[in-house]
Amino acid sequence: MVAAAPSVKRRTSPALAAVLVLIALAIIWELVKLVFRLDSRTLPHLWDILAALGEPSRRNGPPLIAVLLEAAVFTAQGAVVGFAIGAVIGFVLGTVFAHVPILERSLVPYVVASQTVPILAIAPMVVIWLQGSWWSVPVIAAYLTFFPVTINTLRGMKSPDPRAIELMRSYAASTWETLWKLRFPAALPAIFTALKISATSSVVGAIIAELPVGVQRGLGGAILNFNQYYITGPQRLWAAIAVAALVGIVFFAVVSLVERAALRNIVR
Amino acid sequence: MTPVVSLTNVNKIFSGGGRPQTVALKDINLCVEPREFISLIGPSGCGKSTLLRVIGDLVTVSSGEVLVNGKSAHEARIKREYGMVFQSPVLFEWRTVLHNVELPLEIMGVPKAERTRRAREMLKLVELHGFERHYPWQLSGGMQQRVAIARALAFSPKLLLMDEPFGALDELTRERMNAELLRIWQETQTTVIFVTHSIPEAVFLSTRVVVMSARPGRITEIVPIDLPYPRNVETRESPRFFELVTHVREALRRGEEMGA
Amino acid sequence: MTTQARVARLGPPLVIFLLVVVLWEVLIRALNVPRFILPAPTAIGSAFVNTYGAVLDSATYTLRNALLGFALGCGAGILVAIATSRWTTVREGLLPIAIAVNSIPIIAFAPLTNNWFGSNNPLSKVAIVVLITFFPTMINTVRGLTLVEPAKLELMRSYAVSEFTVLAKVRIPNALPYTFNAFKVCSSLSLIGAIVAEYFGGPRKSLGVYILQEAQLFRFDNAWAAIVIASLLGIAFYLVVITIERRVIPWHASIES
Repeated sequence: MVAAAPSVKRRTSPALAAVLVLIALAIIWELVKLVFRLDSRTLPHLWDILAALGEPSRRNGPPLIAVLLEAAVFTAQGAVVGFAIGAVIGFVLGTVFAHVPILERSLVPYVVASQTVPILAIAPMVVIWLQGSWWSVPVIAAYLTFFPVTINTLRGMKSPDPRAIELMRSYAASTWETLWKLRFPAALPAIFTALKISATSSVVGAIIAELPVGVQRGLGGAILNFNQYYITGPQRLWAAIAVAALVGIVFFAVVSLVERAALRNIVR
Repeated sequence: MTPVVSLTNVNKIFSGGGRPQTVALKDINLCVEPREFISLIGPSGCGKSTLLRVIGDLVTVSSGEVLVNGKSAHEARIKREYGMVFQSPVLFEWRTVLHNVELPLEIMGVPKAERTRRAREMLKLVELHGFERHYPWQLSGGMQQRVAIARALAFSPKLLLMDEPFGALDELTRERMNAELLRIWQETQTTVIFVTHSIPEAVFLSTRVVVMSARPGRITEIVPIDLPYPRNVETRESPRFFELVTHVREALRRGEEMGA
Repeated sequence: MTTQARVARLGPPLVIFLLVVVLWEVLIRALNVPRFILPAPTAIGSAFVNTYGAVLDSATYTLRNALLGFALGCGAGILVAIATSRWTTVREGLLPIAIAVNSIPIIAFAPLTNNWFGSNNPLSKVAIVVLITFFPTMINTVRGLTLVEPAKLELMRSYAVSEFTVLAKVRIPNALPYTFNAFKVCSSLSLIGAIVAEYFGGPRKSLGVYILQEAQLFRFDNAWAAIVIASLLGIAFYLVVITIERRVIPWHASIES
């Protein structure tokens, strides 16, 4: 009706634009190094970081990239296991809260308040509880995951149009049917928003969990380790951090892809 | 006297994006005199909203000439010679009712005291005094649309462009708003161009009803409305009213058959 | 809100709070839970009374870093968002990258800032907080500046106003709720960032180092006292943000509640 024809201006595709910005950032990186005369200890050349990946991290050892990838897999395992546990707990809690108002009213303020608490401050305690076992990594990752998932599941489950709920009632649908046919699909976008936040924080949680006990096999351990040799080889710390960054991005991207597949039929 | 709006051989073609071209407006000729109340009526997709936006220079024409108060539509927009009311109220939720009405005055650099006085006056005109400090969400749909009308009138434009402003209201509220708009039109002596879907609304309000048809959007008939003033509830029940409603309805149907 | 409504809203959580604290105390005494698992509330309380000087000094140091980083990171995020909102290509290129960077565990950069500025230099922590708060603020603000109802822009066009006026009168007010949502997220992120950055090394009088050290020395009561203080700071920071939000965008708060 209204002549609001979608603007059909010539536009750059987002992928191309992202590549262009990435190239621009790389140029800025090297320019900053050049203009401010930063030595390689402060800011190594990008190519030095790339080259470091191919060299052995210690004499006669495997190349750095192999060491880091192994560490990344170790950390990612902890993050993914914790993410899965946290997501399931969060989903169940959110669903229960959405159906039991008294529980919602008495417990949700705590869930909200706990999001304002610097949760990672407890990380050293968790590590002590579990006596430095591998499980401290997924436990902390799960802890970080379940809060956003709980809240968003609750919000999403309560989001359907009241008329849609009336419609289900008119069919005499059971609570269970209303849950699966209406509330759950309606909650999916909100749940995925939470999962994307949690994907990142579970990686953060996994890395942090490795710090206090110095779990050597993970990325947290690698970062601590290469940090000690920063003076002689700063590019190795940079490489370790880059791999940690990559783990975060990949995890986020995977969740985003699953989201796209799951929500492709839901008009937003 | 220069016409308020004069359209000569106006065409508008939407194209691009790999989609087939659509002729939104074809050979539109229309002349609107001062103090007229013109309704544009037609089926969905007949380009009546586009025509309104062409007059307001919110959409540029593909060919033809659009004059508003003797100037080009663009110049008229830059000089802020018309007020616009949309289908939805388009109020700024962060502003109170009073500040929403003040918005155009603020933009035009009217001093604070003057614009408050002016906005209060307008709110009185639309019978919303006492709601100055409310936020839009605290008002009903009809009240919100009255705020939008007050905002459009606040800077006393000579021309008021209205795009289905009462489309979302229930029938009774709509009739009340019609009567009120007619009163405001007479009090403020503006010229109104009014897009609508409703035949009774168009007949009740207008001095002339412009009937349009779709694909391509064009004017098929212009129906002069000779209902006497003041128009009120009785007007809606008079035989002449029904005759005119029937006339417009048949004109619409003829337009549809021509297009098919 | 009437007193009755307030009781109805605050009653259940308060009851639960008291129940949890009492149950916690009772269970720990009854079951003789070792202190390394969880000290009783009274033990944490007395630990705080005995060590409050050190705890509060550490908390002040960490809070100062968090606040400074929050101000700089959020401020920069808003400025960049406003600056890029004009150029579609820059924005569309920058946004996916900002979202990608936002999914990076930024904490991992803490050793780097420690090397740059020195681990005892507050700047090393502030820099991490700036990085952590910048991206959510920028992403949300860009969304708020661009997700404007098209009819509002059409209205402004009918007034023939400059792009700057549209920014000031439409885009920025429209973005405020989005930006405040980012502030809420960033209030806790900034404290987390400041504390966790200290895990990678920092001065003795900082919450992160304090918690880590006391835990490693088996002084769990002290560590928990510091954790409770950190939590209170987080809640207080959040409350301050929502109080300011109510003040600045009253139209929004009233829609929500």
